[in-house]
Amino acid sequence: MTITLDSIGENQKVKVVSISGGWGIRQRLGCLGIHPGDIITVKRSAIMRGPILISVHGNQVALGRGVARKIIVEVE
Amino acid sequence: MKIALMGQPNSGKSTVFNDVAGYKAITSNFPGKTVKYTLTKFNLLGQTIELVDLPGTYSLTSFDLAELEARKYLLKGNVDVVINVIDASLLSRSLELTLQLLELKLPMVICLNMIDEAERKGIGIDIEKLSKVFGVPVVPAVAIKGKGIKELFSTAYKVGEKKKIGKTISFSKDVEDVITQLSIQIKKKQIDQEFNVPERFLALKYLENDSYFMENYEKKNNNLFKEIVHFQNILKETHGRQSDVVISSERHHLSMNIYESVVSLTRPHIGLIDYLDNILMHPFLGYISLGLIFYLFFNLIFGVGKMVEEPLLDYFYRLIPLLEKSINPSTLSFSIISGIIQGLAGGIAIVLPYLFPFLFGLAILEDLGYLPRIAFLLDAFLHKIGLHGKAIIPFILGYGCTVPAIMATRILESERDRFISSVLATMIPCAARMTIIFALVAFYISPQAALAIYILNIIVIALSGKILSRLLPEITPGMILEIPAYHTPSIKVVLAKTWLRMKEFIFVAWPLLIVGSTILSLLQYYKTDMLINNLFSPLTSLLGLPLVVGTTLIFGVLRKELSMLMLIQAIGTSNVAAVMSTTQIMTFTIFVIFYVPCIATIAVLWKEIGSKRTLFTIAFTSILAIILATITRFVY
Repeated sequence: MTITLDSIGENQKVKVVSISGGWGIRQRLGCLGIHPGDIITVKRSAIMRGPILISVHGNQVALGRGVARKIIVEVE
Repeated sequence: MKIALMGQPNSGKSTVFNDVAGYKAITSNFPGKTVKYTLTKFNLLGQTIELVDLPGTYSLTSFDLAELEARKYLLKGNVDVVINVIDASLLSRSLELTLQLLELKLPMVICLNMIDEAERKGIGIDIEKLSKVFGVPVVPAVAIKGKGIKELFSTAYKVGEKKKIGKTISFSKDVEDVITQLSIQIKKKQIDQEFNVPERFLALKYLENDSYFMENYEKKNNNLFKEIVHFQNILKETHGRQSDVVISSERHHLSMNIYESVVSLTRPHIGLIDYLDNILMHPFLGYISLGLIFYLFFNLIFGVGKMVEEPLLDYFYRLIPLLEKSINPSTLSFSIISGIIQGLAGGIAIVLPYLFPFLFGLAILEDLGYLPRIAFLLDAFLHKIGLHGKAIIPFILGYGCTVPAIMATRILESERDRFISSVLATMIPCAARMTIIFALVAFYISPQAALAIYILNIIVIALSGKILSRLLPEITPGMILEIPAYHTPSIKVVLAKTWLRMKEFIFVAWPLLIVGSTILSLLQYYKTDMLINNLFSPLTSLLGLPLVVGTTLIFGVLRKELSMLMLIQAIGTSNVAAVMSTTQIMTFTIFVIFYVPCIATIAVLWKEIGSKRTLFTIAFTSILAIILATITRFVY
């Protein structure tokens, strides 16, 4: 089942299926190790529709809600 | 020989740089603090080496201004050796940049920095094997402790002498075929020579749709453009993804494969510091800690500052009457000498006592890695004023000094965001204005009143942000920010950084202060100050301030702390409370915080956002200052 990353709860592990944003966002996420096929763990979700904190390849990245919405993932 | 430090953000390039240069480049634990390059020269084996510290860049396809600057510098082609600094604890991701640097075919050395941190995380790296894979030397280091730095530079020197270039690592066969075919076309048309880069590098950039290279030749060579689109489409059809995704995925897989072949994983050692985020980034406790940290910080500055200011001021109080006894107060030489003394006293007794604890505390928060956490916590709030979380970094730096804060807006992706944050950053009370808030308001009224000013300031900034983002409606691109691991601050580095920032005050502001005091003394001696004061009288009478304040406001544009020190001199006593009411002190402080940014800030604004927008900022902040100060006069 595919779903966007912003609707994933804390401590869930997911696999990136695709990134629906444009060139800029794809490249920027790629630089931080987020490509289709990568495994992401959602670690925290800030209040008031704030950003989410994910862990990818042993590194932590904060993603704004809008950015997270563009990442299509699959729950393992 | 020219050596360039290149690596991903927060990999420790500036720390390596400082190991040989002395503490010259500001280091902190957040990605993107170096926004422009720093140069130094040093001696190695009898040779003069020029070392350049470049801004961190995740890849050679650059997005923000700082990254572009790094790439531009490297492509200029006068670098003899590249030192690729890697955070060893983030090896797999870092190798993606290494692969791209190899495509440039420059002599290169890899510096595996923070090797101790990697070991702590249970990442064991086979250094020899890694060196064999890339065909370049790999030197492990712990830059913060100066370990491995000597070997790093002597290796770099040897590589530079031999002009030793690493291997080019091939992608999957079908992708590599497309790259080769496009490379041949580029070579034929000699586009590579135009850019002075290898044809394979250029072919990859075209397949990645890199806007800089695309724009540059679209105008020149329409013929090649068709070829590029053709090859991009081949990749798109065979892989079912855009060509840039194909290339970045290829690199990603290569890096992962190399990583897996050279790394052996063991159990990580978990320390207390790893649990810190359970509190500091907690959805509830996180905000309480944020408030508490800043409240304690505020009290620390006030506590230390007051403790030192009082006895020092007392000392200088006694100096002036002594002087009056020995020199006739109505002479010119008395005016000059007392001006110099007041300038000196202002620096020692009023500014330094607050400046030091503030800069020291800020350095600790920066080095610990707390700033990106604040960005995470406040992202939702910043969205309400049309910005995103990353903007908090220039804002916090703004509490230190507005100039680096405006430079730091370069980490923001959109031009609009940079403009709005630059304007807002000018309104944040920098360390100079902080000394006014502490030495006038906290000292003569109460610490609570000073705290209220800070809170009011944040509210005004938020409202201004809201207004500006309404005027420039555009959706902010959203935050993508790496949250680095915490580092225990090194006391040596914290002190070095504090000193580097204090130097700015001691060697630039202080002499200016002394000169300013002397000029004011002369103006008073020749009674010309009244001319200026009368010119400003419509403003001072609107705000209900003493007439003598007029002149001091001009000095405040040179350096913000001058306006207070000149005020003390103009009213003729350092016991401000004897001459000005609490309302007047409050009105003066509010006005000085918001009105026209200082001259150094105007200069950097001019460069970063252009002349029109700088003039807008000056007008905007001046009007705001007059409105707020007038309200203060009648309400407080």
